[in-house]
Amino acid sequence: MITSFILRALEGRIVAAIAILLAVAVLVPASNLLTPPDSALHIPTYAMSLMGKYLCYALLALALDLVWGYCGILSLGHGAFFALGGYAMGMYLMRQIGSRGVYGDPVLPDFMVFLNWKELPWFWHGMDMFWFAMLMVLVVPGLLAFIFGWFAFRSRVNGVYLSIITQAMTYALMLAFFRNDMGFGGNNGLTDYKDILGFSVQADGTRAVLFALSAILLSLCLLLASAITRSKFGKVLVGVRDAESRVRFLGFRVENIKLFTFVVSAMMAGIAGALFVPQVGIINPGEFAPANSIEVVVWTAVGGRGTLIGPIIGAVLVNGGKSFFTGAFPEFWLYALGALFICVTLFMPKGIVGTVQGMLANRRAAQAAAKAEAGQNDDRATPQIQAAE
Amino acid sequence: MLIRFITLVFLLLSIATSSFAQSDPKALIDQLGKADFKQAEELIGQIAATGDPRVVPALNAFGEGDLYARKSDGAVFITKAAGANFALIDPLTGESAGEAPKAAMVKLKINNNLRRVIRSAMGGLTLLSPDRTVRLQAADAVLRSPSAENLELVEAALAKETDREVKARMEEARAASILISNRSVEEKRAAIETVASLGGRGAISILMSASSSLDAALKPDVDAAIAKIETTQAFWDMGQNVWYGISLGSVLLLAAIGLAITFGVMGIINMAHGEMVMLGAYSTFVVQEAIRTSAPHLFDWSLAIALPVAFLVTAAAGLIIERGVIRFLYGRPLETLLATWGVSLILQQLVRSIFGPTNQEVGNPSWMSGAFQLGQMQITWNRLWIVAFSLTIFLGLLLLMKRSAFGLQMRAVTQNRRMASSMGIRTPWVDAFTFALGSGIAGIAGVALSQIDNVSPNLGQSYIIDSFMVVVFGGVGNLWGTLVGALSLGVLNKFLEPSVGAVLGKILVLVLIILFIQKRPRGLFALKGRAIEA
Repeated sequence: MITSFILRALEGRIVAAIAILLAVAVLVPASNLLTPPDSALHIPTYAMSLMGKYLCYALLALALDLVWGYCGILSLGHGAFFALGGYAMGMYLMRQIGSRGVYGDPVLPDFMVFLNWKELPWFWHGMDMFWFAMLMVLVVPGLLAFIFGWFAFRSRVNGVYLSIITQAMTYALMLAFFRNDMGFGGNNGLTDYKDILGFSVQADGTRAVLFALSAILLSLCLLLASAITRSKFGKVLVGVRDAESRVRFLGFRVENIKLFTFVVSAMMAGIAGALFVPQVGIINPGEFAPANSIEVVVWTAVGGRGTLIGPIIGAVLVNGGKSFFTGAFPEFWLYALGALFICVTLFMPKGIVGTVQGMLANRRAAQAAAKAEAGQNDDRATPQIQAAE
Repeated sequence: MLIRFITLVFLLLSIATSSFAQSDPKALIDQLGKADFKQAEELIGQIAATGDPRVVPALNAFGEGDLYARKSDGAVFITKAAGANFALIDPLTGESAGEAPKAAMVKLKINNNLRRVIRSAMGGLTLLSPDRTVRLQAADAVLRSPSAENLELVEAALAKETDREVKARMEEARAASILISNRSVEEKRAAIETVASLGGRGAISILMSASSSLDAALKPDVDAAIAKIETTQAFWDMGQNVWYGISLGSVLLLAAIGLAITFGVMGIINMAHGEMVMLGAYSTFVVQEAIRTSAPHLFDWSLAIALPVAFLVTAAAGLIIERGVIRFLYGRPLETLLATWGVSLILQQLVRSIFGPTNQEVGNPSWMSGAFQLGQMQITWNRLWIVAFSLTIFLGLLLLMKRSAFGLQMRAVTQNRRMASSMGIRTPWVDAFTFALGSGIAGIAGVALSQIDNVSPNLGQSYIIDSFMVVVFGGVGNLWGTLVGALSLGVLNKFLEPSVGAVLGKILVLVLIILFIQKRPRGLFALKGRAIEA
């Protein structure tokens, strides 16, 4: 049953995307590690880390697409799940510093020594074990999503109201994590990492593995998302998006469907955050900023919501553009981003992938119509036209 | 003329003899040079007891550490640094007495206890000053650090005092002094009552410090008085909190009221709302700059001039946004959200490019600065004006919505667009102007907020989430809901603040709103209707 669930996910576009991602996962680290620095094929470590960052953002956008594109929940708080995953990873990395910190305390991270804390707070226990920290990467965002979604979907908060309270959620978390008393390093966040599983986080080899892992996990999540959306459950999901009341009247438990999708999506966002932190080297409360979460929405919108591949393309393109603009014309980045928001919503509501798909479908429909016109009455033409519409 | 002259000479003589009769202040001051701390304390008491106002500068200088003794003859002088030397000033007459090398002088030692003694002595001495404000300050000084030695001076001053306010203050000072003197129990009991009627934390601390030295018989009186003061104090504290809450609520109301129209009435998720507030604040800045350079005498009117300017600027901006972007997105609220967020980014960067990223200086007109005291509450004028201003705007808007033809059309279009259109209302026109009105109101809010917040390109960002919370909490489509929502969130915030801190209080309020929306997804005052969504 599980095999058929997975096999159904393997549609042409998804297979192609996964193949590309896996190729990138092998080729980029290989180019970084195996070619000499002066070679034309060499990718420097900083560029690889930058691309790794884009892949994490792509995973975050994919997670958002699952809830927004397929379930119609526009979450303006996905950055919160991303940041929580990142904090779980950051806590593990802080514990790995051990006595190499500035104050040399074997257990307490530097900022706690600085704040004159004597004991590790309860939520830091166990974070020195990798498996436990990785579990937390999934559990903490998942649990928050579950509690939040449990209340919100049950009382049928939807549409704009839901967007606004998700925004309030990430805003409240940002305020909370800015406090020193919370025990997450306050303003400065968690940084200055040394090791991950005994390997130095600065080393080229570790960076290459992290990059490859980002690409592989992104393709795995893409596979999972595709399997979910192409299953029977996925059809109901789209039904919830397009006509929630009708699905409810048909006897489906809409709130459970939404809750499941929301939690899965939050966990994906948590994974993205956990991969993000060791590659960037810091996590701080700024990641909770509502503006960040809204930016994720625009990546998804640019690429094309409800296409799974679109958000990945959108995240890479927009962030590539951001890196380029902030380097070349820092003044213009916000103009460009703002214009992007407006233009995409006005002129390209389906995003890049959606628009291209629409064009292809139109052409196919036109060809089929031409064939039908020419008298070669093909039975297959009819369903194709329907699909195009 | 002659008679007057003779009287004057007589008077002067009598003052001179009387002060000589008690003791010579000059000699007392000179003795300070050789005294240790304990002796100095006594000497200060004696100096103060001369009642001679001429000793005030010397005591002042002693407190400041400017009093030095000459090593050769022990004479004491007030000094001022003059290069390598000290300029010497006679402590009594204030006349210059030449210069002396620093090495020839030795500083009179002073400690905190002596400073306190000096303060209370000075309080006693200046009680007789002809200047009313000086007397009032002196009475305050005695009240703050009462001493038994001053009691007679206070009473003497009280007998001569004619000004009502000063007299009342002196009565309180006298009562505070009686508590630590060796007067009779009855007098002390009366004094406790006087101090208690004074109220406030100061009165509690006076009673607390005096209670240790009081008779056991008076203990219940003191305890009762303290309890009474604490009750009234708690009452005033509550009042102060309510006022802070109302003041915060009025700021929230200002920020949210424009949104109550664009989001509440029209259903447009206008994420650029905060930037409209910012544009209003920057309009104020520009108007003030223009006034500073061309007509400085109009500065007190700058806000009145800025109001229409800000309204027009932001309303025009709103009109452009509605015609250029939003009208293509009606019926697609989530897309509107994204597009207006894009607009807000562009506006922020535009302002940053023109005015720079730093905070701009926006001045307070004179009638908005300062504060006044209401009982135990401190109320600043700018907050009071902002509360009044936000309520005025609210009422004005309410009138416009309910009583004008435009308001009628606006409500008709939002309630049933097709029907309104059939009745001949130009719905696109109404949409555009409603949005412009909402934006214009946000701009006016910006004028007021420029008085209490930093005017920077990020100004709007800090209000956007709060404004949405207020509108959603109050109930969409209902202006009264916005008013109640803003005020109750403001008061709730300020009541949480003392116990859990400002940031945690804010977080709690956000969490409470999120929970509240679960309970009532349509807000406090939901519009009733039978329509089911999607």
